[in-house]
Amino acid sequence: MNPVIGLEVHVELKTKSKMFCGCSADYFGKKPNTHTCPVCLGLPGSLPVPNKTAIEWCVMLGMTLNCDIPQFSKFDRKNYFYPDLPKGYQISQYDEPFCLKGSIKLDSGKTIGITRVHMEEDTGKLIHESVGGEDVTLIDFNRSGVPLVEIVTDPDFDNVKDVIDYLKKLQQITRYLDISNADMEKGDMRLEPNVSISTDGKIPNYKVEVKNINSFKFVEKSINYEIRRQASLIKENEKPIQETRGWNEAKQKTVSQRVKEESSDYRYFPEPDIPPIKWSQKKINEIRSFIPELADEKVKRFTKAYALSNYDGLLLTKEKSLADYFEETIKQIKLIKNDEIKPTPKQVANYIINKGTDPEQTTIYQLIHSIQSSLVLSSIPDKELKDIIKKVLKDYPKITEDYKKGKKSVIQFAIGQVMYIIRKKIDIEILRKLIIEELN
Amino acid sequence: MKINVKHTAKLANLPLSTREVKKFEGQLSETLRYIEGLNEINTDNVKPTDHVTGQENVLREDATTPSLSQKEALSNSKSKHNGMFKVKAILNE
Amino acid sequence: MSNLTSLTITQAKDKLRKKEISSMELTKACLERIKKLQGKLNVFVTITEKEALASAKEADNELRNGSYLPLLGIPIAIKDNFCTIGVRTTASSKVLDDFIPPYESTVTQRLKDAGIVMLGKTNMDAWAHGSSTETSDYGPTRNPWNINYLAGGSSGGSAAATAADLCIGSIGSETAGSIRQPASWCGAVGLKPTYGRVSRYGVVAMGSSLDSPGAITKSVEDAALILEVIAGHDPKDATSSNLPVPKYLLEIKNPEKKLKIGISGNYLEGVDVQVIKVFENTKKMLQKLGHTFVDLKLFDPKYAIDVYTILQRSEVSSNLARYDGIRYGNDRSFFGEEAKRRIMLGTFTLSSGYYDAYYKKAQKVRTIIINDFKEAFDKADFILAPTSPTPALKLGASQGKIMFGELADVLVEPSAIAGLTGINLPAGFSSDGLPIGMQFIGPQFSESEIINIAYSFEKETEFLKERKPNL
Repeated sequence: MNPVIGLEVHVELKTKSKMFCGCSADYFGKKPNTHTCPVCLGLPGSLPVPNKTAIEWCVMLGMTLNCDIPQFSKFDRKNYFYPDLPKGYQISQYDEPFCLKGSIKLDSGKTIGITRVHMEEDTGKLIHESVGGEDVTLIDFNRSGVPLVEIVTDPDFDNVKDVIDYLKKLQQITRYLDISNADMEKGDMRLEPNVSISTDGKIPNYKVEVKNINSFKFVEKSINYEIRRQASLIKENEKPIQETRGWNEAKQKTVSQRVKEESSDYRYFPEPDIPPIKWSQKKINEIRSFIPELADEKVKRFTKAYALSNYDGLLLTKEKSLADYFEETIKQIKLIKNDEIKPTPKQVANYIINKGTDPEQTTIYQLIHSIQSSLVLSSIPDKELKDIIKKVLKDYPKITEDYKKGKKSVIQFAIGQVMYIIRKKIDIEILRKLIIEELN
Repeated sequence: MKINVKHTAKLANLPLSTREVKKFEGQLSETLRYIEGLNEINTDNVKPTDHVTGQENVLREDATTPSLSQKEALSNSKSKHNGMFKVKAILNE
Repeated sequence: MSNLTSLTITQAKDKLRKKEISSMELTKACLERIKKLQGKLNVFVTITEKEALASAKEADNELRNGSYLPLLGIPIAIKDNFCTIGVRTTASSKVLDDFIPPYESTVTQRLKDAGIVMLGKTNMDAWAHGSSTETSDYGPTRNPWNINYLAGGSSGGSAAATAADLCIGSIGSETAGSIRQPASWCGAVGLKPTYGRVSRYGVVAMGSSLDSPGAITKSVEDAALILEVIAGHDPKDATSSNLPVPKYLLEIKNPEKKLKIGISGNYLEGVDVQVIKVFENTKKMLQKLGHTFVDLKLFDPKYAIDVYTILQRSEVSSNLARYDGIRYGNDRSFFGEEAKRRIMLGTFTLSSGYYDAYYKKAQKVRTIIINDFKEAFDKADFILAPTSPTPALKLGASQGKIMFGELADVLVEPSAIAGLTGINLPAGFSSDGLPIGMQFIGPQFSESEIINIAYSFEKETEFLKERKPNL
């Protein structure tokens, strides 16, 4: 018995405006129904006009996933009724999506097929409450119409570890492209795995869709639960039903939501309000040129260009902002003309990694300065430091006494005394370490 | 050709009485008979027309425009609470 | 006073400019006549008397200051499927009985910017589903020439208002015949522009790939004037054309070319003998003007009925999905029978297992119809045909007839499906005194040419000057 898993991931794009209207797409935390207009509210007579940037970002994402970009593409209406869907249909893509047939290689060496990457619009938000003793559902349409990119994989996964690796890579790619914050907790990256079990090496003729997965933690738990649930049914000679189930964190299990069969007649037809899209080779090339160097390439380049270990390379490139910060620092150091210390890339890398420097809190100027200081520090050999420490401890026996009594604060005093003697800026942490060593 | 009126009404989210279901069964069958004429036309190798304008690539720059105020957005709703539209509780979420 | 309401837009503009009349006088005259005849004809769903008088007052101020706006101070009636901010918009359905749009349609915004005085919102077939205005949830609109007869539809209210001089001009919309047919039955000029020539933003959607807002007026020049104001690209409508808007009013007076007029025999089959008589007359007049005729064998219009039925109902089933009573209006139990029927059929023709046989097939035949017209326009400059197979029918004629509209519109459906432009011109009367109209159909974006030939034909017939409905 082999798990067969395919993933549907929705990524919310951080465009300025919504997918089909000019309302601000920055809806999180805003007063309800203050980011709506006739279009995203589904008022009579309103018409959609597609967001150029959103479409280009979708294509860009598809390109990073090695997809084909067909010359012709269009939008279609997906018709179904739900209170969070104001028009009674969602504008999506059916048979001519923007991107098709891609692939992505995981750390485990496995290659996952990407079936398609397409654009659609988000729905409103439902909030369940009790008002005046009655159970009601409240609807906020601020999120209605926000651009969503849907990435569908072939059912190529067979374990949760790969799923998590894929999600992390996808998250990193969208952040590198700067098209989404891809935050599972905030809802700008949503996962719906389709899970089934194969007993004969072939793709099973049923699948269970799992919803309500809001964090990486839930991903592991929910998929593993579902695999176990289905496996035990099969062992009992029962076939799992094709359905949608929701992960219930409180109960730590998936719960059946609705039988999928019935609601699947979406009556797709081409969206008459939006003319089709036809790409020129020039435009495709232009979009491709917008793709920055992605993490994988960057790691390779860093390790080569800066003589870093692969591990250090991975850490520095985890987030593009950190990688750019690192490289900008190197650039600035090269410009130092006078006799100041010029830290090497490796020294810069070590410093950033060890200190966990936050690019938002430390300017490059401050960073370079700190690194230079720390390098100056190591010019005082440990032996010399130790001699000074021994002297201070001898002069102030109370330090040792109080320390043995458990008064840790006395170390600060010792540090102060050593600094007074040295009269130079040194690495306090190293000093603290050496003092504690001496005291023990 | 008979349309499954009950099933279609469900898909269309239309509340129909039993009398209406019966009436529509007959009327919709009649309509289908009328439009059967299309089968006489050979459409091999003919592409469907989705848009008569022939236009392509009509896109909008990513810029924000003013939204309706909350008051305007809710102005026509008969059921609201705390700035949101209110409906009977929906299960299954 | 009553002479004022019989003015055309062009005549009224002239008198206003010359300060022979004021907009207030003109507006008051219309409102009085509306009060007098609304009960009899049931033309309006909402009469905006207060707003109209306020607009007229402002218009007169502007006129005094020498302001020139193309429709300044002219009282116009608007079909009730155009969203008008702050003014009830119902599409003649109880579902929208109390809907007050918080926004304005592009067409009415342009008209307001041009200085019109809006008299009110006119009755229509509910959701524009029909060719009689009998499916309105607010009662049928009567034909001004005989109140026991229908006004046609779906823009019946606007057509009747124009023919009965309850307004100086009006706005309608056509999906397949809804401007041309009621104009024909009421004896008015009805101009259906090319699909995409006029923005659909703010028009309650019926058939998204077909809907064309247009004008129903007392003269061709009036229609040209309105078209010039409302036509043109709209960034809010992705299907609106980028082509520049010609100066129709100038081009209307261009010296006429001698044209080749196409006639197709199958557009005369099954047509009422009185309509044929007017058709023959029309041919004679056009011949007198120096034009020649070309025999065409157009694709049989009866197939257009099938195509239109499927495409329109499919799009309708989706367009009407938003009416769930949550954000506005009443819930879906308020839909009338015709609306329910169309939603049901459209849901069926799009559904799994039937999509290819119905919707996709209809889209393919649409291609055939489009190509057929393209070929025809290689041989002829425009096509002449009756607008409707019959003059106006009696009240009650549409009831129980589930394909009433489609059959009544057989002669206008093909051109609508192809997105072409067409104009109805009053061309004669039946022995019962009911108007009979003829249509000129032109290729996409040939409004200038169509209006030009319509203008010269109108000058020849001058028929409206001889007769007015007896009200």
